[in-house]
Amino acid sequence: MRSSIKPERKNNMYSIRLYITVICLAFIAVSCGGNGDNPGGQQAVPGSQQSSTESRMDILGAGATFPAPLITAMADEYRDETNNRVTVNYQSIGSGGGVRQFIEQTVMFGMSEAYLSDQVMAEVLEKTGGRAFNIPITLADVVPTYNLPGIDKGLVFSGELLVDIYLGKITRWNDPKIAGLNPGIDLPRTPITVVHRSDGSGTTNVWTSYLSRVSDEWRNRVGYATSVNWPTGIGGNGNEGVAGAVQNTMGAIGYNSLSYALLNNMAYGSVINQSGNTIEPSFAATSEAANIKLPEDTRILFTNTPAEYGYPIAGFAWMLVYENLDQNNAIRNRRAAEELVRFLIWSVTDGQKLSEELGYAELSDAAVERSMEMIRQLKWNGEEIGRNLLDGDRPA
Amino acid sequence: MATAINQTSTSEEILRRPPAILYRWLGDKIFSTVIVLLGSCIILLAVGMAWLLYTEGSMALEEFGFFGFLKGRTWDPAVLLEFGTWPFLFGTLVTSAAALMLSLFPAVAVAVFSAEYAPRWLAGIIDNLVQLIAAVPSVVIGIWGIFVLAPWLRDTIYMPVYFWTETNAPGMMPILGNPMGYGMTTATIVLALMIVPYTTALTKDAIKSVPAAQREAARALGATRWEVIRMAVLPYARSGIMAGAILSLGRAIGETMAVAMLIGNKNTLPFSIFGAGSTMPSVIVNEFREAVENLHVSSLLAIGFILFILALIINLIAAFITCKLSISGGQTV
Amino acid sequence: MKSLRRRNIRDRVMEVVLMASTILVLLPLLIIIYHVISNGISAINWEFFTEELGSPSRAMQGRPTGLVHTMIGTLVVDFMALAIAVPVGIGAGVMLSEYPDHRLNPTLRIMNDTLNGMPAILKGLFAFVLIVKPMGTFSGIAGAAALAFVMIPIIARTTESALMSIPWTIREAALAIGLPRWRVVLSTVMPAAKTGLVTGILIGFARAAGEAAPLLFTSFGNNYLPNHWTGFIFNPVDTLPQRLYSLAISPYAQWHSMGWASAIVLLGFVILCFTAARLASRQKYQL
Repeated sequence: MRSSIKPERKNNMYSIRLYITVICLAFIAVSCGGNGDNPGGQQAVPGSQQSSTESRMDILGAGATFPAPLITAMADEYRDETNNRVTVNYQSIGSGGGVRQFIEQTVMFGMSEAYLSDQVMAEVLEKTGGRAFNIPITLADVVPTYNLPGIDKGLVFSGELLVDIYLGKITRWNDPKIAGLNPGIDLPRTPITVVHRSDGSGTTNVWTSYLSRVSDEWRNRVGYATSVNWPTGIGGNGNEGVAGAVQNTMGAIGYNSLSYALLNNMAYGSVINQSGNTIEPSFAATSEAANIKLPEDTRILFTNTPAEYGYPIAGFAWMLVYENLDQNNAIRNRRAAEELVRFLIWSVTDGQKLSEELGYAELSDAAVERSMEMIRQLKWNGEEIGRNLLDGDRPA
Repeated sequence: MATAINQTSTSEEILRRPPAILYRWLGDKIFSTVIVLLGSCIILLAVGMAWLLYTEGSMALEEFGFFGFLKGRTWDPAVLLEFGTWPFLFGTLVTSAAALMLSLFPAVAVAVFSAEYAPRWLAGIIDNLVQLIAAVPSVVIGIWGIFVLAPWLRDTIYMPVYFWTETNAPGMMPILGNPMGYGMTTATIVLALMIVPYTTALTKDAIKSVPAAQREAARALGATRWEVIRMAVLPYARSGIMAGAILSLGRAIGETMAVAMLIGNKNTLPFSIFGAGSTMPSVIVNEFREAVENLHVSSLLAIGFILFILALIINLIAAFITCKLSISGGQTV
Repeated sequence: MKSLRRRNIRDRVMEVVLMASTILVLLPLLIIIYHVISNGISAINWEFFTEELGSPSRAMQGRPTGLVHTMIGTLVVDFMALAIAVPVGIGAGVMLSEYPDHRLNPTLRIMNDTLNGMPAILKGLFAFVLIVKPMGTFSGIAGAAALAFVMIPIIARTTESALMSIPWTIREAALAIGLPRWRVVLSTVMPAAKTGLVTGILIGFARAAGEAAPLLFTSFGNNYLPNHWTGFIFNPVDTLPQRLYSLAISPYAQWHSMGWASAIVLLGFVILCFTAARLASRQKYQL
């Protein structure tokens, strides 16, 4: 004790200093790391590269989980195509989130499987002096997925059956109503676990809009929206959460987009459509469902489609942007707005080529035409940069 | 005046310094101002948070009334646009209370074992491991719950119980609920594990503060080791254990991610034992980023305000108990 | 009167019961660590530490993908949070212990405990309104603020008890040799309580580093490295807990194992801080 007084103090000082040094070093290491991974991030690079490094741009988008694999794959591709000039950061937080963050102006574009309501459109018009555009990017199809060991895909469902299951009226897989539509399949008596989205979601919007259109009881009791007051079941967070819950739960039924179901080898069912045909979900059947007359602003839900061989639970996934891009807080300058518009144009044209490989239906020409018309009207401080870029990109 | 002295230790050097008024008076002034400012930051932070949650949640609170909002049983963001927090309040209170009951005995047992029975080296290991439980990120516990615990509980416990009840006591089925693995029971079990360290730590502190005389007196009467604990140690440490339990309850109420990942997220009553439910933090984390309607957002923030009040009440109770504890400790020593 | 034999048997039985309870509590921890390591170890490779995440199709098609941006982002956000939290937390701790008669202290103590007991997600909400909305974008600094709100009450609490454990006689001695009060605190009390302070900071840091909830709507997430290092501060940033959450709830098997792998990294990081804190506090007993 006696002899230790002095060394102890030294030791104290030493380790405080050491501690501070470690923290500083960490900071330095971190900032170097950030720099090192982006060669030329700050330094001037001679020649033509300089302009490309100068105009490096992050585009932030968020929203629906269903198109996330497509949009992030587009982002990967677009980044390569622009030599790392433009990085599109897309976070899947649900359609409701996409709409909310679009309204809060914390993202450059939102993404949703539900179009903006008239109320939101009016609010945007009042706040920014311009419209909000719903630009179709891809098609969403929602399929009933289930987890019944020994039974592969292909169980047949009808709208009424799905309504009864989701209202909690049918609680067993061996219920006569299910057996009636699926003769010859040995259904277990396992209890049905209904899985739905716990977050606001466009997939939910498409799904519940279908249930509302086939059942008055559903429409009056639950209705359709991005999140509803579910009569029964458990919630999974995101399209991902539902898929996870279905895959981990024997006897579960959920709803997912076709691409998610395909990607994950989930069993999914066929659905009997309005015309009485049993439709197996496919890109063709989805595109077929969209084969109807589109309104100018593309805000339409075509669930329970009248198309004879159309898959009945399908809809658009929209990208949400302000007509007056300068009014969006998240877009700080004109260059950002232009890069966003370029990405928009690319994603409805060249970007569409990625669709089929990833399990998405391509947009129809009619929808692309409508999208282009809206892109042309995008403005920065009144200047129609959408039209400039679109017509500049394509020399006549 | 200042003669150079080679051999200087810090205190001697300071002693030789002129007692400048600036150095003393101003230095103290500045220092205390800075310290008080930093301290007030925390008060500002807490008050600011409460104020923010209240103002942002006021739309919902005015629409439904504070108690109406508290008692409301419907959470319907689509058709009725009606928001009531009772299902979440109920879910929070039930899971937290059940988790506390489940964890209280083991938590106290760990503290007693490590303080009274275990040799010193083992006690050190036990204490560190228990504290480590508190340090495990709740998302890590969540991912483990999703992929390991929930399926295991479902297959080995829930399903057999469910099928047994079905044949032997069908009346119980609605109370039991659907055994899908994600639900109230799973969330409770995980919560119980997560709050053990808080009860254990405070219990052990309380046990350590038991005066040796108390123990020796009991031993002198010929008590066995367990009798010493039961008659002399535990009664003395009672208020410490209670404070620990209440703080654990606060932890359980506030736990978000692990619960949101495991409770099944069902927003409508009635909840059942195995079935899905939800809690106040879980509904906020699930719906806040996604809520579109202003009333919906406001309702979520109003739930945050209620959580703030709950946390305040719990800490006031805990402070009251620890206050009593330290007074009684002071009297006997 | 019970026989001595029966009392002794009872004593043994209770010992066994207590030991069993201890094992019951500790077993899940070991099981969790075992599962995390056994599930995640296969996904840990060089690319995991050097590549960006990108889209899920990268993982599914076996193209290189990893979490380098997440790990750097985590370090940046956590250390920024530490830089915000340490002065405030230490300051408040000093106020509680060195100015015990200040009239704000009872309020400060109860507010601090309330803040500590509040769900971290509310701290995220606060940072969202305070920073994200005015800035117009999610950002690393907003995430750091949210995490700082998590650390501050913990650091304040531990600082207070560390300073309180220094006997008053030391302060009196220092005052007696003519030191002003601020020098007493800075040069005498705080160095003496150094290990306690460091322990508190490390524990607060470890706790905050594992929080995902406050980051979901502050630092938001990013699949890539930012274009410039300032992007870690002013743009959306990926952090381990939040990425772990989204990987865990994703439907891709490859992302699941990456989730387990990031759980290893996160758990390792937290345990490292925690062990450092334990070692620091052990030093105190040796002296």
